[in-house]
Parts: sequence; structure tokens; C-alpha cells
Amino acid sequence: MSMLAEAPLKNATPTDQELIDFVVREARLIDQQRFDEWLDLYANDAFYWMPLEWNQTDPRLTCSLMYEDKLLLSIRVERLKGARTFSQKPKSRCHHVLQTPQVDSRDPTANSYVTWTPMHYIETRMDEQTLFAAWATHHLSVENGRLKIKLKRVDLINCDAAFGNIQLFM
Amino acid sequence: MTRYAGNVAAIRALVRDQEVHRDVYVSEEVFQLEMEHMFPNSWVYVGHDSQVPNPGDYFGTTIGTQPVLLVRHTDGTVKVLHNRCPHKGTRITSETCGNAGKFFRCPYHAWSFRTDGSLLAIPLKKGYENTGFEQSHAASGMAPVRHVRNYRGFVFAKINDGGLDFEEFFGESLSSFDNMIDRSPVGQLKVAGGVLRYMHNCNWKMLVENQTDTCHPMVAHESSAGTVVEVWKKAPPGTKKPMAVEIIAPFMSPYEFFENMGIRIWDNGHGHTGVHHSIHSDYSAVPGYFEKMTAAYGEDRAKAILGENRHNTVYFPNIMIKGPIQLLRHFKPIAANKTLVESWTFQLVDAPDMLLERTLMYNRLINAPTSIVGHDDLEMYERAQEGLHSNGNEWVNLQRLYSPDEAGQTNVAVNGTSEWPMRHQFRAWTKFMTMGM
Ligand code: FES
Ligand SMILES: [Fe+2]
Repeated sequence: MSMLAEAPLKNATPTDQELIDFVVREARLIDQQRFDEWLDLYANDAFYWMPLEWNQTDPRLTCSLMYEDKLLLSIRVERLKGARTFSQKPKSRCHHVLQTPQVDSRDPTANSYVTWTPMHYIETRMDEQTLFAAWATHHLSVENGRLKIKLKRVDLINCDAAFGNIQLFM
Repeated sequence: MTRYAGNVAAIRALVRDQEVHRDVYVSEEVFQLEMEHMFPNSWVYVGHDSQVPNPGDYFGTTIGTQPVLLVRHTDGTVKVLHNRCPHKGTRITSETCGNAGKFFRCPYHAWSFRTDGSLLAIPLKKGYENTGFEQSHAASGMAPVRHVRNYRGFVFAKINDGGLDFEEFFGESLSSFDNMIDRSPVGQLKVAGGVLRYMHNCNWKMLVENQTDTCHPMVAHESSAGTVVEVWKKAPPGTKKPMAVEIIAPFMSPYEFFENMGIRIWDNGHGHTGVHHSIHSDYSAVPGYFEKMTAAYGEDRAKAILGENRHNTVYFPNIMIKGPIQLLRHFKPIAANKTLVESWTFQLVDAPDMLLERTLMYNRLINAPTSIVGHDDLEMYERAQEGLHSNGNEWVNLQRLYSPDEAGQTNVAVNGTSEWPMRHQFRAWTKFMTMGM
């Protein structure tokens, strides 16, 4: 259970292994549909960003698939629970396969840590199963002895393709 | 089995005053006839000329299911060409958009064409001597779509020679384009922000009808907009309303709001919701914008332009625009049960960036495959596409607020929850389906 519990960091500065465990845990919380716990991993000023364009740099004046602050993320989580959320009757399920996250940068002075994680993500609903390939970039920082997500960026390999509904979180 | 080809009576019988037969949504044969007749007889949106600013620039799209190219010719005019090599049919461009330089060159045998489609050169030309080549279809190059009209940047084309001319086809409905474009202090729009593409397993007409369906938001969107309203209620008093809440919450407006907002009916299937107000009416002001508009147009005219809050304007057959936020949705038919929805956004030239930011946020929150509002709608279309296969009832009801004298009336504003616009779209559908058949 140790990996599942959100353990406080052992020291003020997270180790690479702690960063890796955090990223893996985040994916697991989504797969297990523990969305309230999942939301707790995000800082209050966090963003979840899924670009629409390859190598997109601007989330403001270029459209994205998702660019959501914590309010919008919490609305999504609430919506998934709704009695009249017809597109979730029956519910979607999802599954992540991650490569081992790589620590791209660590800057304790700036309280900023960045990991990079290639992954496959599968979402299913009824008889449909859809596979997505993506790279997740996590920008993390330490708040009150715990890691928090400041920005999660999910770059789909086919970000500009025409998709049907993508309902959960990658 | 063909039931409808060449059978005008059978096609007409699909559309009654108050209901339509399910075959208009589920029959592959009807779909093929739409592609052969209805789309070629109509003025269909191709693209915006800001997508091809320089000579040689091209943009590949479809009219119905036919591939075409929007091209900026060397003389600065915009052409629409059938995207097909006259030799063996190869699609000329490999990417959706780009620049061809001075000429297109087919990747198969290197025939080349000027940017108006005319044949420029063929390798080993000698081999065609004394073959009567000059008389062939191929000798005239890539076929241009002959009827093209650039309306203030928005390019439409009609494939067939018959049918209505541009003014007759659109008439007063062009006022919605005018209002969208006049919102720029210099009266100009530019495609900006990228295009969202969303695949729908349903008939394209379900999307078109939905643009004037004002009885569904508070029901189907309770999941998304309703949740926004609920979550927002819990915000500490005095918190500034975020742009996202301003955008999504009005979808939960009560029936009354939609009844009172009104729908206008024009000729040929066009019309718009939001005669008096709309879900876009209460957005907060963008700093500096009104001042710019006043400087450009004078205060009265600026107020008149920004006072229009048309919600959705449907241009028959397959686009919808939202003037107040400069957004255009293109419902591209692929098969009877498959439609690609492209959502395009525009920048008001010389206006504050925040307007584009809001437009993009709207697009992302409402029209994206990763949105939540869009999920609500697509779920309903796909359920309808399946449910229509039931033999329990072959008819779709469009009866709400029907009045027997409505056919032939035009430019009227009616109750905002009327299904008149849908009946009206189907009258146009029959007209352009059977025109010249
Ligand atoms: S097919 Fe185009 S040149 Fe032969
Ligand atoms: Fe809707």
C-alpha cells in the first residue's frame, strides 16, 4: 500500500525516486477512478494542458484540446458523478501504461521539478476501445512537505487528429 | 436496391409539413443523392481567404464529399479547384495547406498546372502529338469550380451551373456575416488559433438542426453547464466570475430565456437564433475594445454592431456561425452515419487579443472532443442515429409551434423554441435535392 498512500516527502528536496513514484501514483489514481484524491495532487493554481498543435507553445491564443485550471478540473470530476451525465451511462474506463518517468530538471532553489513520461493511454466505453500515445510532462513543486502538480502537459502524438469523445484524463 | 435515385416523388415524400422520414438520416442512398444533387446545387462554404494570403497558397477541403482546393492565384484572386489530377485522378497536394509556388506539380507523372488549374506542362509532351489530346478533358487541366464567390473574405462555391445565384441563395442572411466582420474596427477577420476537429458517428443534418434546437440545452447540458452552476455557487461571495463560468453557465438558462430570445427565418434554409439576446449577451466588457470600435464607427454604430447578439446563424446546408464570438462550425458529411465537425475561430483584426482568447476558450470548452458540453450533444446524436433503426416509428417529429401558413414566409422572427427553422431547413433540403433532377 505504501505507493498508494500519499506519503509526505522524507526530506525538503524530493529524490528522483519520489518524483517518479508521484507520477506513477497520479496515473494509478486516474485508472482507479479515485478522482477526488487525484484532484488533491494539483496545486490550487495548477493547469492541465493538452495541446492541439504539435510543439504548441501558447495556450492562450492558440486553441488547445484542454487547458484547464483547478476549477474546471473539479467541474469535470463532479460531472462524472452526475445522475444526468448521459455520456457516462455507462461509464468510461481507462488504463495507463507508463514508461519510467525521466527527471528532466530539478531546481530546489526555485522549488521546481520536471519529469517526462512517454505513455500509452486506453479509454473504453461500451464496445469501443481507443488507444492514445502521448508524452506527459509534469511540472512539480513541494508544498507543505508534499509534491503538487503545477502543470501537467499531455502531448498526444496525433494531437491534431479528429477524435470522438475523450472523456477521462490522460 | 435503389428507391430514391431519379425518383423526385419518393424524395419529396420524405419530408412532410411536420415530420421527416428517418431515411434522411440513415439511408446511404439518400446520402449519395445529397452528394450528387443537394450539395452541388447549393452555395457551400469552402474556407476563408486569410487561409491563403499569398499567391500559390492553398487549402484543401471538401464540398460535400468532393475534394477541392482553395487557391490564391498569381493575380491575387481566390480560385476553387477540384483537387484531382486530370491525368489519373491523383490528389495533387499531400498536405492540407501549403504553398505551391508558381504552379502545382502532380507527384505521379509531373504534369504541372498554373494556380488557376490550367495545364502548364507535361513531360515528354511529344507522346501526345497526333493523339487528339487537345480535345481531351485532361488538356484543360485541373477543373475549376466555376461558381465562386468571396464574400468579405468568406469563400463559397457552387459546383453545378444550375440553381440560384449567390445573392438569391443567401439574401438577407448575409447580415450575420456582416455583423461578425464589422466587430473588427477595420472590418476584417483572420483565421486564427487553429482548427478543432471532432468526429461524430451520426448524420450531418443532426448537427445542423441542433444549432437551432433551444429545447435541449437545459436538459442535455445539465451534466456540464448544470455542474458549472452548482460548483460556482460554492465559490466564496465576491469572487470574480471566471471567463469559463461566463461561457458555460448560460447553457442552463430556463425555457423562458430561449423562448424570448427569438429565432429568425430567412429563405433557403438559413436562419438564426438570438433575435433579442443570446447566451453571448452577458459577457463582461473587454478593456479598450469599445473605445476602438467607437473611434472606428462612431458611438451609435458601434453600439448597434455590438448590440446584436445572434446566437447561432445556420447557413444551409452545412455551416453555423457565432457572430458575437467569431466562430464558424463546418459540418462535413462523410457518410450517412459519419460527420467531421471542424470548428474554426477568427481574430478581429485590430481588436484586443482577449477577444480571441475568449473565442478559443469557448471553442475548447464547447466544441472539443475533450470538452464536456460537446460530449452531451454527441451522446444524443449517436443515440438518435441508433434509435432511428427501430421500426416502431419511421418518422421524426418537427412539429413544435407549427403553423400551416408558415411555408413561404421569410424574414420573420418567431418564438425562440419553435422548430420552424428545422422544418424550413428540410423545405430547402427538398428544393435543392430535387432541383434539376
Ligand atoms: S496522375 Fe497526375 S500526372 Fe499522372
Ligand atoms: Fe447542445
